[in-house]
Amino acid sequence: MNKENIAAIIAGLFFGAGLALSGMADPVRVRGFLDIFGGNWDPTLMFVMGGAVVVMAVAWIIQRGMIKTWLGTDFSLPSSTTIDRPLIMGSVIFGIGWGVAGLCPGPSLIGLVLEPLKAGIFVISMVAGMFIFKLTKA
Amino acid sequence: MIDLQDIMITEGLVGGILIGVAAAIMLLAAGRIAGISGLFANSIGLVPGSTNRNFAVMFTVSLLAGAWLAEVLTNDVVTRYPDNITLIIGGLLVGFGTRLGSGCTSGHGVCGLSRLSKRSLYATPIFMISAIITVAVINAVGGVQ
Repeated sequence: MNKENIAAIIAGLFFGAGLALSGMADPVRVRGFLDIFGGNWDPTLMFVMGGAVVVMAVAWIIQRGMIKTWLGTDFSLPSSTTIDRPLIMGSVIFGIGWGVAGLCPGPSLIGLVLEPLKAGIFVISMVAGMFIFKLTKA
Repeated sequence: MIDLQDIMITEGLVGGILIGVAAAIMLLAAGRIAGISGLFANSIGLVPGSTNRNFAVMFTVSLLAGAWLAEVLTNDVVTRYPDNITLIIGGLLVGFGTRLGSGCTSGHGVCGLSRLSKRSLYATPIFMISAIITVAVINAVGGVQ
């Protein structure tokens, strides 16, 4: 197996464990964060995002001093800075779905091992949504 | 009132740091963004012309394995899901929206914000506000079952 795939496995394990431990696998908790007007706001998600963003901010500082990755490969990073209609409309639509169900892609995927039947319904619908997008691009 | 007993500050921070470490490994070792919507779409063959599908499959499978390990070790991972119609509507919108907007909470929210990426600095507040308004509207008309 190539070294990049091993990095993907290690990153996936950390990411999945982090999501599960953080409470974000629970749609009710996520909607509790999004429900800022309901009088019983749950800020847990803010701590999850905060912890992750702080670690990643350090990683980006380290990355700026690197020419190649630790594995000696080239970086493959998005470079666009264009604010276009798809970015804005896509984010609005994603936000509606996130608010409706209390699930975004990561937590819904780990749901497949935590509550397979319920998460499965969401993930199959998410795949359908992604497939519809692919059709619109064809 | 905020119920302080119910807020998972420590768990949230620990989980968040693990997510940050994962994204940092993706960046510094593999040179890529840990964006789950994109990696998942790639893993199931929905990204035309992809040359790194194996990589995306490895990440996605390991994501599930990591969550499974956390559940086995702590036996304390809570999941409270809404009804099936809500899941179907939410899933369709999340799938289409994240592909159209080129990212979700992980790619734009964690990796993009910390990079001060211009596109993510637009996308993240937009999907947050969109979700907050959606929840407020749903609660105003009677809530999710």
